[in-house]
Amino acid sequence: MSTKASRSAARLMLAPAVILLLGWMLVPLTLTLIFSFQRYLPLRGGFQGWVGFENYVRFVTSSAFWPSVQATVIIVGGVLLITVTLGILLALLLDQPMWGQGMVRILVIAPFFVMPTVSGLVWKNMFMDPNNGLLSHLWRAFGADPIIWLSDASMLSIILIVSWQWLPFATLILLTAIQSLDSEQLEAAEMDGAPVLSRFWHIILPHLSRAITIVILIQTIFLLAIFAEIFVTTQGSFGTRTLTYLIFQRVLESQNVGLGSAGGIYAVILANIFALFLMRIVGKNLDR
Amino acid sequence: MARSVTLQRKSFNTLIAWIIGLLLFFPILWTILTSFKTEAQAIADPPVWFFFDWTLENYRVVQERSNYSRFLWNSIIIAGGSTILGMIIAIPAAWSMAFVPSNRTKDILLWMLSTKMLPAVGVLYPIYLIFIQLGLLDTRIGLTIVLMLINLPIMVWMLYTYFKEIPGEILEAARMDGAGLKEEILYVLTPMAIPGIASTVLLNIILAWNEAFWTLNLTAARAAPLTAFIASYSSPEGLFYAKLSAASTMAIAPILILGWFSQKQLVRGLTFGAVK
Repeated sequence: MSTKASRSAARLMLAPAVILLLGWMLVPLTLTLIFSFQRYLPLRGGFQGWVGFENYVRFVTSSAFWPSVQATVIIVGGVLLITVTLGILLALLLDQPMWGQGMVRILVIAPFFVMPTVSGLVWKNMFMDPNNGLLSHLWRAFGADPIIWLSDASMLSIILIVSWQWLPFATLILLTAIQSLDSEQLEAAEMDGAPVLSRFWHIILPHLSRAITIVILIQTIFLLAIFAEIFVTTQGSFGTRTLTYLIFQRVLESQNVGLGSAGGIYAVILANIFALFLMRIVGKNLDR
Repeated sequence: MARSVTLQRKSFNTLIAWIIGLLLFFPILWTILTSFKTEAQAIADPPVWFFFDWTLENYRVVQERSNYSRFLWNSIIIAGGSTILGMIIAIPAAWSMAFVPSNRTKDILLWMLSTKMLPAVGVLYPIYLIFIQLGLLDTRIGLTIVLMLINLPIMVWMLYTYFKEIPGEILEAARMDGAGLKEEILYVLTPMAIPGIASTVLLNIILAWNEAFWTLNLTAARAAPLTAFIASYSSPEGLFYAKLSAASTMAIAPILILGWFSQKQLVRGLTFGAVK
């Protein structure tokens, strides 16, 4: 169907997008790679020679590295656990017949549209503030000492804030997947007297497995990069310094570009591991 | 079709769902309510709920003291500009891959997706440096370009999945009726593509509006959009809950409204067509 002329026209239409993205990927990444082999301190003498893999070694042997890996794993893992579990339950609930379904759906997904700096600051001040926050009012109403959320329970606080933002995403995608489930199959199982739990386990969950995988992969990629929520709340203190935040501090705050760039390359590799899995699933989908 | 449901069960579902829905929405509702209180009422213990003297004072103060509308304008320019610019580049690209696929189309699509996965912090310093060199730091045009680039893969993907759904037979039919390439694009394809294009525009405005890595790191006073303006409340002076709430309400209201229209597109756009 397509002629030679239309093929070359198509290539021309595709070119700007490809060239721009290629440049956006290659130029900065190459620079990061080059910086990572340099001793480069823009505010303290600038370029001070090539150092081979020293930055890579220093980054992983610095005392801040392992705690930041831990913080990253706990935050990403915690948020995934909460959002996927609650997301499945919530999606199942929203799929049930009820009054005002559309309105409830709107309420549930609303947090996803709140910009990260707003949700970080609203939670930090109006809910988690130890003196004036709503949660401390609640604690005091029951005669308990308010929790100093962002310092004494810093990880939990960050996980709660980020989960609140991402639960709508998980719910919405899982709900979409549930709605595509063949309801006749479910009805047949119901007629046969299969109990609720076994229907969930043997029919619904297998059907959802692909959507769950996609939710996990996409969220992981975004969660590895969370920044603003930490930037406006703890600024990386109280054990909440994630890998992303650590690299940001090395690069922009202490302006140790060589060291930060080595960290950046680690982050790129890490994200690519998850991206590879995601792309395999998405790629399979393209063939269908 | 009709799954028989008892009235009791439906009532029970409704009750539980509304409780959970309101609980999840509560932080937003509380922010909106607080924005109409005085600073003293905002921190009152026990909290005041609906019965207080509603005031617009905070909105006035936020605008006067920090010139809120300037940040709003920056957000509009950056989110709108990056979306328009992105669409100009993404539409032809998605179009050509959907209608004239080659054996490399799949690889190109997946490669584009992989650029979206690149962690921003990994290229922070080079971009920062390039911005300084080109004089783009703290400019709206610089941020517009960056946001266009980070969202370009999503735009191309989303458009691609929509264009893919336009049946090829309809083109053949048009050709049989003697339509040339121009008529084909103008009268056959465009009307069918418009819903997909509109959805893509909507989702991208939302994503660009809320983007908070590059907007925080590449702007200062001049080009800061609302994300960065709100962040300035992280080191406040004096009582500020009501003012923070007013600023926040204004910053999230337009996107909440747009977002509610885009639920379905959100799923498609953010899962790269893998869940529809």
